[in-house]
Amino acid sequence: MSFTSLSFLFFVAAVCAVYYLFPVRYRWVVLLAASYLFYASQGWQCMVFLLVATVTVYLTAAVVSRMQENTDRVLQEMSGKGVSGEKRKKYKAGRKKRAKHLVTVCIVSNLCILAALKYLNFGIDNLNRITAFLGWGMQAAYRDMFLPLGISFYMFQSIGYLLDVYWKRAQVQKNFFIFALFVSFFPQIGQGPISRYASLSETLYAGHSFDAVQVRYGLERILWGVFKKLVIADRIAVAVQSLTAAPGYYRGKFVVVLMVFYAVQLYCDFTGGIDVTIGVAQLFGVKLAENFMRPFFAESIKEYWRRWHITMGTWFRDYVFYPFSISRPLRKLTAFVKKHFGMPAAKRVSVYTATIVLWAATGIWHGAYWRFVVWGLMNGIIILISQELEPLYKRFRRRFPKLTGGMPYRAFMVARTFLLMSSLRLFDNARGCRDAFISFWSIFSQWGRRALTAQEFLDLGLTAADYVIVAAGALVVFSVSIIQRKQPVREWLGQKPFFVQYAVLLALFLSVLLFGIYGIGFDSAGFIYNQF
Amino acid sequence: MKKVGFRKWLRSLAAAMVSASVLLALQRLVMPKYADSLIEGGFTEEYYEESMPHDVLMVGDCEVYESFSPVDLWRGFGITSYIRGSAQQLVWQSYYLLEDALKYEKPKVVVFNVQALVHSGPQKEEYNRMTLDGMRWSGTKLAAVRASMLPEEKLLDYVFPVLRYHSRITQLSQEDIDYYACHKKVSHNGYYMRVDTAPYAEGVWFEEKPDDCTFGSMPMEYLDRMRRLCESEGIHLVLVKAPSVSPVWYDEYEGQVARYADKYGLPYLNYLKLLEETGIDYDTDTYDMGLHMNLSGAKKMTAYLGDFLVSEYGLEGHAGEEDVRREWEGKERFYDEMKAAQEKEIEEYGSVVSY
Repeated sequence: MSFTSLSFLFFVAAVCAVYYLFPVRYRWVVLLAASYLFYASQGWQCMVFLLVATVTVYLTAAVVSRMQENTDRVLQEMSGKGVSGEKRKKYKAGRKKRAKHLVTVCIVSNLCILAALKYLNFGIDNLNRITAFLGWGMQAAYRDMFLPLGISFYMFQSIGYLLDVYWKRAQVQKNFFIFALFVSFFPQIGQGPISRYASLSETLYAGHSFDAVQVRYGLERILWGVFKKLVIADRIAVAVQSLTAAPGYYRGKFVVVLMVFYAVQLYCDFTGGIDVTIGVAQLFGVKLAENFMRPFFAESIKEYWRRWHITMGTWFRDYVFYPFSISRPLRKLTAFVKKHFGMPAAKRVSVYTATIVLWAATGIWHGAYWRFVVWGLMNGIIILISQELEPLYKRFRRRFPKLTGGMPYRAFMVARTFLLMSSLRLFDNARGCRDAFISFWSIFSQWGRRALTAQEFLDLGLTAADYVIVAAGALVVFSVSIIQRKQPVREWLGQKPFFVQYAVLLALFLSVLLFGIYGIGFDSAGFIYNQF
Repeated sequence: MKKVGFRKWLRSLAAAMVSASVLLALQRLVMPKYADSLIEGGFTEEYYEESMPHDVLMVGDCEVYESFSPVDLWRGFGITSYIRGSAQQLVWQSYYLLEDALKYEKPKVVVFNVQALVHSGPQKEEYNRMTLDGMRWSGTKLAAVRASMLPEEKLLDYVFPVLRYHSRITQLSQEDIDYYACHKKVSHNGYYMRVDTAPYAEGVWFEEKPDDCTFGSMPMEYLDRMRRLCESEGIHLVLVKAPSVSPVWYDEYEGQVARYADKYGLPYLNYLKLLEETGIDYDTDTYDMGLHMNLSGAKKMTAYLGDFLVSEYGLEGHAGEEDVRREWEGKERFYDEMKAAQEKEIEEYGSVVSY
């Protein structure tokens, strides 16, 4: 049941009707039932993994929370009985260690399931390469692995909850079914956003009275998402597929064309999906975290990653980067470097190592291929280089305040970031790292190899009308982003006369209806981020 | 407050009405017009333009709409008839088109061409659409759609054809503009006229015989339903087989139809066995090397059918009825004009190019 299919829309409409017919107190039950029904429609195997993650995390969090409560109580009693601070400290450390072990076992076992499903063949492939290199002649067979929809999203969300409970940032959820809803909430299970328990629980379980404005906003958001996905992303996907299918033919200028086209496709695909997700949640009065903030307006890669897939970025920052930064091995390494090379070097080693680990993890999360690892590492390296060059930039800005304060310079920074990120995305589509580098290098070495003629564009599988539709659609998306810099577009639209609001929404609806890629012979492609 | 609420309500109602109108207008724009190209898709809809009932209704696939000419049946015998046929029209579609037609009239005879019995299930979406899009909405159409849909088809696409044809928005032609608001008459009471000739030559068609030539349960079930429907309405059902050389009409097929006709006492005219009686000549009477009849062939087949209808069921002509005659004068004029136009094209270009 794809998010852009009619069956999904009917499903949502039915759930919505039942939701508002139920007493407010029990409306979350409807969402839970709908979520499991939705997930079951993806196959019963999916349910097994979802239940395993839900049960293990729920139990671990409950036990850890109970342990923490008991520890606090015992410590208070010890304090009352005048037990020495040393003993209390020892007791506390012991309890903390046990809790930590429990949390670690739960996280590792869940990650092992994820790794087995997602990365087993990657491991086998590497093993085969090593044994072939060593001439051992052993070749392990690849396994046909089943990957449940959105497994990494709900696992990351659950792990985040567990760590929040362990770190006492969130209250433990004692009701198993309520927790199950947090893990399985159907609009977001496929491609995020990766929600935090503390913020999502504020609206997820409350049970909301019917609010016509919220429902309208939700429907508008869904329509906007479907527009981006069906009209732009799925249409331009045909050209992207042609360009990536024959990398040897499409070199030089065509690599730049691919970079731009793929940026448009990925943005419209992913943000379109998230818009549908947030819109559907809004129909039930549930507020999900925003995942994008006009990423193509970013002036640096660091800023780009604060605007693109925000919930994933913050998840990795809070649950990988920070814990790793203060982990014992890294602290030891930092102390060693500080002792021998001084404080500045020690700071760098700490930040560099954590950054590289963070980006390697982000890379491998995106796909079980070395090209994704390299993609992640290159992101990290560029961010670190930018950080190192920051003093230079500052000096440059101080020296040329007029130049760097103006719009042209900012536009240059935006364009530079866009091209840099688009270059890195060549790893998404390439068959391997080598191909990605060759493609990138051909921009310089084979720029004049083939002219960008109209026929060459038509040979990519799109008609002239398709290009006009994509261009017009992209222009609309760009215009909306411009408006959003000043105020939310729905607020902006809400201030217009009724006739304008109505005309805009009708035009959007008709665009989807007429220009959308759907129906027989035009099956909508799955969302790119579903595979993660 | 009340005034504001009423204004809001009125505004919403107006918006809904405008939206619905725009949607309908756009739906009409993107739907194929079947006027200058693929005209077979326009046959089903044309039936509803008829103002008078018919003595004979013919149902079936291309073998029926290219083999019998209602205008010639009128001219020769004074019998009024209509063909509810379309390309690759399946047996259940013929059944539902007949059921649909019986809501408007009650003919004395129904002629069913048996070729489609070889198709056990839905075949092609394009043909489904050409047959069903033109049907008026009713329970009958709903049943016809449900029986005809391929697994990849959706009922909603039939209810809102814009969902199926939306992609035509970038492929609109002059035909879509010219026939946006009006329908171009393309058939002669369901008959698809072709006056050109392409003789049949031995060995030009080749096909492999199926391993199993038994008709499927679905077409047989619908043939039976058609028979029962005719029986219940007091209509005579006649089975026919056009003299097409391809697809091959195997003896096994013939045996099954003959046994069925025999069992229920139905007349069965296999024109493949009536070449001498009808005078069908594959050198002059087919326009596509033996697949379908041209006008010359259709005239011969119609003449034989007319004789049969008169002798078997005593159908009397309506030539003496003024209102019927006036109605058919227009049809004859259109028929003669198209015939002349096609002949002119043959003279000018060597073949029929616009039909």
